[in-house]
Amino acid sequence: MPQGNKPSSVPPKKDKQEARRDFLKQSSAVMALALAPPLVLKAAQHDEAIAAVFEKMPVSLEINGKKMQLSVEPRVTLLDLLREQLALTGTKKGCDHGQCGACTVHVNGQRINSCLTLAVMQEGKKITTIEGLSNGDQLHPVQEAFIRHDGFQCGYCTPGQIMSAVACLNEGHAGSPEQIREFMSGNICRCGAYDNIVNAIMDVKNGGQTA
Amino acid sequence: MNPFSYVRPNSLKAAIEAMARDHSARFIAGGTNLLDLMKNGVALPEKLIDINQLPLREIRQDGNTLHIGALVLNSDLAAHDLVKTQHPLLSEALLAGASQQLRNMATVGGNMMQRTRCSYFYDTSMPCNKRQPNSGCGATGGINRMHAIFGASDNCIAVHPSDMCVALAALDATVLVAGPKGERRIPFTDFHRLPGNTPQLDNNLAKNELITAVEIPPHPFTKHTCYLKVRDRASYAFALVSVAVAMDISDNVIRNVRIAMGGVAHKPWRLPDAEKALTGKTPTSDNFRLAANIAIQGAKTYAHNGFKKELAFNSIQTALLKAATA
Ligand SMILES: Cc1cc2nc3c(=O)[nH]c(=O)nc-3n(C[C@H](O)[C@H](O)[C@H](O)COP(=O)(O)OP(=O)(O)OC[C@H]3O[C@@H](n4cnc5c(N)ncnc54)[C@H](O)[C@@H]3O)c2cc1C
Ligand code: SF4
Ligand code: FES
Ligand code: FES
Repeated sequence: MPQGNKPSSVPPKKDKQEARRDFLKQSSAVMALALAPPLVLKAAQHDEAIAAVFEKMPVSLEINGKKMQLSVEPRVTLLDLLREQLALTGTKKGCDHGQCGACTVHVNGQRINSCLTLAVMQEGKKITTIEGLSNGDQLHPVQEAFIRHDGFQCGYCTPGQIMSAVACLNEGHAGSPEQIREFMSGNICRCGAYDNIVNAIMDVKNGGQTA
Repeated sequence: MNPFSYVRPNSLKAAIEAMARDHSARFIAGGTNLLDLMKNGVALPEKLIDINQLPLREIRQDGNTLHIGALVLNSDLAAHDLVKTQHPLLSEALLAGASQQLRNMATVGGNMMQRTRCSYFYDTSMPCNKRQPNSGCGATGGINRMHAIFGASDNCIAVHPSDMCVALAALDATVLVAGPKGERRIPFTDFHRLPGNTPQLDNNLAKNELITAVEIPPHPFTKHTCYLKVRDRASYAFALVSVAVAMDISDNVIRNVRIAMGGVAHKPWRLPDAEKALTGKTPTSDNFRLAANIAIQGAKTYAHNGFKKELAFNSIQTALLKAATA
């Protein structure tokens, strides 16, 4: 629920919250001119209401083993929370629309696209990102296999590929190159490193060390 | 994304009440379609009602009927033992949709409610009767390669993009919904609708109703099934054409058969005439060609989707053959 939502008759002294609301009033008016859908126009008239919905919400998450109490606007995606607020920039934003897999993280051990979920929807969940995969300096076997097999060129898709590959193995969907290709299809690689990615995953599946 | 308020009710009643109070509100389940639309400015809800706390995650056998809660994830449903053994067609269709990451988020209810992928619907600078009633249809005279060949109207030629729904239509499932006035049941094939003069409505669910479950009645289709999906790449793409087939064959006679198509209409497209033509016949290529020929009667194509008619003709035959020999 919106926190610290003061009634509009607060004293004239401008605290941070209010300055923010003034800004929002202006920006919502500007937005109204630019976009002019009736909803936004209506919202601009009710600026107090719109300021209220901008308020942050508390959310507790466990990220890479660390419990965190955070405060986010409801419209912040899990991806943006990780990258913008927590500086965990290993998770990449490719498309922001669920179409590339660069933003793949694990939630309670399951892989998802962090660009298509809200941070507030993950209340109480355990998130693992690429930063949380290694054990100190000891790389995860899938990370090592990607290096051994040249599973990347530019590297942009790689964190997502690796998070997805770890889950693919855990799910038992790495039985054959064909099955790997099918269950890794949610991760696009513009450099076309697919063959080496499949080899890296097969390698881990087969106990490693066959580069 | 537009700013919005966010609530997370704990009961069905509270969720329905929250919706009744605020008509610009939307339910959110997995978020994979709604957030995508919000990022594009196609959906602008002022409030999101997160339904993930509701007790709608169960898959259970009620007598011979399979009851599937609306919040069951697409990945969990596809992998469930009862689904794999009793309703393999559904499992196949689910696995043909999206990616494993998306299936880990997508829910049964959300999948049914997902909106068309028509690019004019997504582009707020283009006319679209579905997004903005009476603004015109960008696709009819535009790029319409992905669009409908059955059941379209001059107002909208969009297709429903779901794979799961094609299987559920073939299996004669029932949708359970709850609203302020209580509960009701809708046959799956009546859930989605044709565009007619009101393409803004994708289905017959009222604004303040919530899907609570889907039920699949018992059927004999555990062996001879096939979900064939034809798309521009091997995986992780929407269907150009898809075909769901479920057959019951004994003593070389087709006792019962269901056929539905995806990617060709505003709703999952059942083929009752082709089904009738095959019932009681032998499962031969000649009979399959006959049925496919019946199925494509009445197809209407546009500038760029003419290929879908032949693709449908061929895909139906292939799917029937695969199911028969499965
Ligand atoms: C890149 C990409 C590729 C995809 N490819 C495919 C594909 O090949 N095949 C396929 O079938 N799908 C595909 N999808 C679509 C995907 O299956 C849907 O986005 C998903 O099923 C929606 O479920 P959700 O729970 O995330 O819905 P949400 O996004 O949470 O909700 C969607 C809509 O449903 C409503 N809603 C949700 N639950 C209920 C309920 N219980 N009662 C009433 N209303 C409800 C919401 O209000 C909203 O309007 C793809 C999606 C993406 C992003
Ligand atoms: S086909 Fe339907 S969804 Fe697409 S532009 Fe026309 S009206 Fe809109
Ligand atoms: S950034 Fe999430 S899938 Fe592309
Ligand atoms: S390594 Fe460049 S996109 Fe995959």
